[in-house]
Amino acid sequence: MKTSKELAVQMRGISKHFPGILANDGIDLDVYSHEILALLGENGAGKTTLMNILAGLYKPDGGQIFLKGREVEFHSPKDAIEHGIGMVHQHFMLVESLTVTENIILSLQRSGMNLHANQVKQRILELSSQYHLLVDPDASIWQLSVGEQQRVEIMRLLYRGAETLILDEPTAVLTPEEATDLAKILRKMADEGKAVILITHKLNEVTAFSDRVTVLRAGHVVSNLLTKETTKKELARLMVGRDILFHLEKKKCKAGNPVLQLEHVHATNDKGLPALVDVNLQICAGEILGVAGVAGNGQRELAEAIAGLRHIDQGKISANGQDITNSSPFKVISAGISHVPGDRIGVGLASNLPVSDNLVMKAYRNPPIVQGQLVKKKSIVQFVDRLINAFNIKTPSSDTPARLLSGGNQQRLILAREITASQGMLIAVYPSRGLDVGATESVRSTLLEQREKGSAILLISEDLEEINQLSDRVIVMYEGKIMGTVDPETTPLETIGLMMAGQPLSAIEKHGKVEQSA
Amino acid sequence: MNEAFVISILVITIRAGTSLLYATFGAILTERSGIQNLGVEGIMMVGAAASFAAAYHSNNGWIGLLTAVLVGIILGVIHAFLTITMRAEQVVSGLAMTIFGTGLASFMGQRLGPGNSTMVGLQGPSFERIPIPYLREIPYIGEALFNQDILVYALYLLIPLMWFYIYKTRQGLELRAVGENPQAIDALGMDVTKMRFLYTVAGAVLMAIAGAHLSLGYLQGWADNITGGRGWIAIALVIFSTWNPLRAVLGALLFGGINAIQFRMQAAGTTLPSSFLNMLPYIVTILVLVFITWAERNTHRFGTPSALGTPFVREEKK
Ligand SMILES: Nc1ncnc2c1ncn2[C@@H]1O[C@H](COP(=O)(O)OP(=O)(O)O)[C@@H](O)[C@H]1O
Ligand SMILES: [Mg+2]
Repeated sequence: MKTSKELAVQMRGISKHFPGILANDGIDLDVYSHEILALLGENGAGKTTLMNILAGLYKPDGGQIFLKGREVEFHSPKDAIEHGIGMVHQHFMLVESLTVTENIILSLQRSGMNLHANQVKQRILELSSQYHLLVDPDASIWQLSVGEQQRVEIMRLLYRGAETLILDEPTAVLTPEEATDLAKILRKMADEGKAVILITHKLNEVTAFSDRVTVLRAGHVVSNLLTKETTKKELARLMVGRDILFHLEKKKCKAGNPVLQLEHVHATNDKGLPALVDVNLQICAGEILGVAGVAGNGQRELAEAIAGLRHIDQGKISANGQDITNSSPFKVISAGISHVPGDRIGVGLASNLPVSDNLVMKAYRNPPIVQGQLVKKKSIVQFVDRLINAFNIKTPSSDTPARLLSGGNQQRLILAREITASQGMLIAVYPSRGLDVGATESVRSTLLEQREKGSAILLISEDLEEINQLSDRVIVMYEGKIMGTVDPETTPLETIGLMMAGQPLSAIEKHGKVEQSA
Repeated sequence: MNEAFVISILVITIRAGTSLLYATFGAILTERSGIQNLGVEGIMMVGAAASFAAAYHSNNGWIGLLTAVLVGIILGVIHAFLTITMRAEQVVSGLAMTIFGTGLASFMGQRLGPGNSTMVGLQGPSFERIPIPYLREIPYIGEALFNQDILVYALYLLIPLMWFYIYKTRQGLELRAVGENPQAIDALGMDVTKMRFLYTVAGAVLMAIAGAHLSLGYLQGWADNITGGRGWIAIALVIFSTWNPLRAVLGALLFGGINAIQFRMQAAGTTLPSSFLNMLPYIVTILVLVFITWAERNTHRFGTPSALGTPFVREEKK
């Protein structure tokens, strides 16, 4: 039942600036009922800011908002909520220590002291079956997976009867199946006449989920399109502002001498369970070794063991012939190994410190930055400016706290620091996770560039496409063991898939031969 | 151990526990909203001095109590203004409140007696014990529980009220939430600043009443350093209670009991150094802290309000 579309929300000339950055610059946006609108843009394009304005969370510096043709002014989220606008934020707005029911009660804006807990629970169960949103009303939030938590957030909006629903990068935390379910729920809501806005930087999602797409770039609307009349390639170009190379040029590898070597390494994870079991590997200069595997099969521990961040129980790790087994991170760094950690904010950055401090964090001990025991301010400025330019880090200034940069720029910052400090060895963990196509492309080409310069790179990623695109050799990890080493160009994806599911390469090859001979 | 001895210990336990519990309730309300107030000791001290002075000059205990409430409101508003409006460091503002409060109270003690003289040693109106017929006849506990002053009885009502409010009302749910995740409360359309202001002031009022109970009920008079570190014990008790008012009652009884035993033993001329007993509450607190840290990791159930001590700013990127 498709009823006619109606203009639900109009935003006109919306502007918003933050210290040193114009996040939204005169944005016009139309949102219709009965429709899913994708708001597409790179990290930092201003999508979240724009929607936070619509949700009453941010005050715009200029511009107007019309709901069903009538101008409104929001002074707080309360005003927006009263006008039927609801938003599922990227960082969920749930209270972890409370139950699902309690979290929903919080969002109901009721007066009086009574909680009406039973009544609310009843309604949750009704909505739950109506929309196939499986949630246990009595579970505490901290017990739920992120997918379930997201369902609670959506439930909240449905419970409140929100007419305009905004979801900020909802699939970033979902498994593929959960994402498919979400698509169905969103479609159902749109069919019922709600206006749905989906923020995303993933092109696949735009095509799979939406009816219409508005592309934002650097705080401007660059295009409004009907989804069925556009292509991924066009969208990517609009979003990034140039053509995106979905296939990077990779020169033939000239692998040199082995520089990083692991022999019979055993280690345990944070819970004390075996995380690495008899791991042997070596990486040569000018080579990228990809590590594939389902997350949680020892990849993180592998990177940490090499970086000196995790004690190993047995085995030997050496770099350039120097034994670095269970050395301090400082020794590992001195041996020339750099580390781009998977947890960008937690481990990679001191996020409250300025960009400049984050950049010199590995260089400050050496001249010219330090002379005698004193740090030279002037050399720091030179050093920092050079890196910001060379790695194209977009930041309002070198004094901006690192937390204010977009994900892509944070990652470029870390890469800049690590590559500059590296002496031929780099460990990169999930280097493009959460980044948009443009930033991903730049991170990947930076890694290839380093390889050509002769670095030995260990690339850990959950993205098989990335692994295949970049690696010269691929190892697959399962429950802390290496299932085998393969050549990504000649190995079928199914083989890698089987190895990720726990079959050693040797078994697969034997099996294949048996089948051929039969 | 004779009956009279046990009863005397129980009586003091309740009397000492009362002001501890008022102060602890005050701190629980404040901290649940996400604001740390280390000014308990100072607020209690000013509450004790001001209420005694007012009661003495008006010759009316109730005027004294009212003055304590006023003191709580004023000091609470100052702390709230500094920490919530100005986003000052909460620990610093709290400590300043304690240092300032202690000094101010001591000054009041020297000057607010008759003719600008000292208040030390003055006899003023106080909240006298009101025996409750029949109930006070209960062996052992009757005398301790049911022959006390009005502030103790008021506390008996406050205990279930606190529990009911925090766990069974919508406002209580919001209070629990705002100390955990103010961003969420804000995004849901509630006023974080207003809530925090309210609970910081309400908490300070309870802290000042705790002081008033010292000078008008328990110790009945003014002496320099009348609180003797009870404000700090209350802060320890908040942790001990894991922000739960019922567990705070247990804690107040325990710490009040230690206080009572200390009192008795000193009267009996023991050889055990008093510093040893003074130290006990804090040792218990450290043990509880160890336990909470461990339990929190395993169950997520206990615990410090996650946003305790962090100012809330809507448009700040985290
Ligand atoms: N609260 C804030 N304070 C300062 N800068 C911010 C804030 N929110 C966003 N920004 C900056 O504004 C720009 C747009 O951010 P955002 O709207 O989050 O982008 P998107 O959601 O498209 O990735 C970015 O450069 C970001 O760093
Ligand atoms: Mg965003």
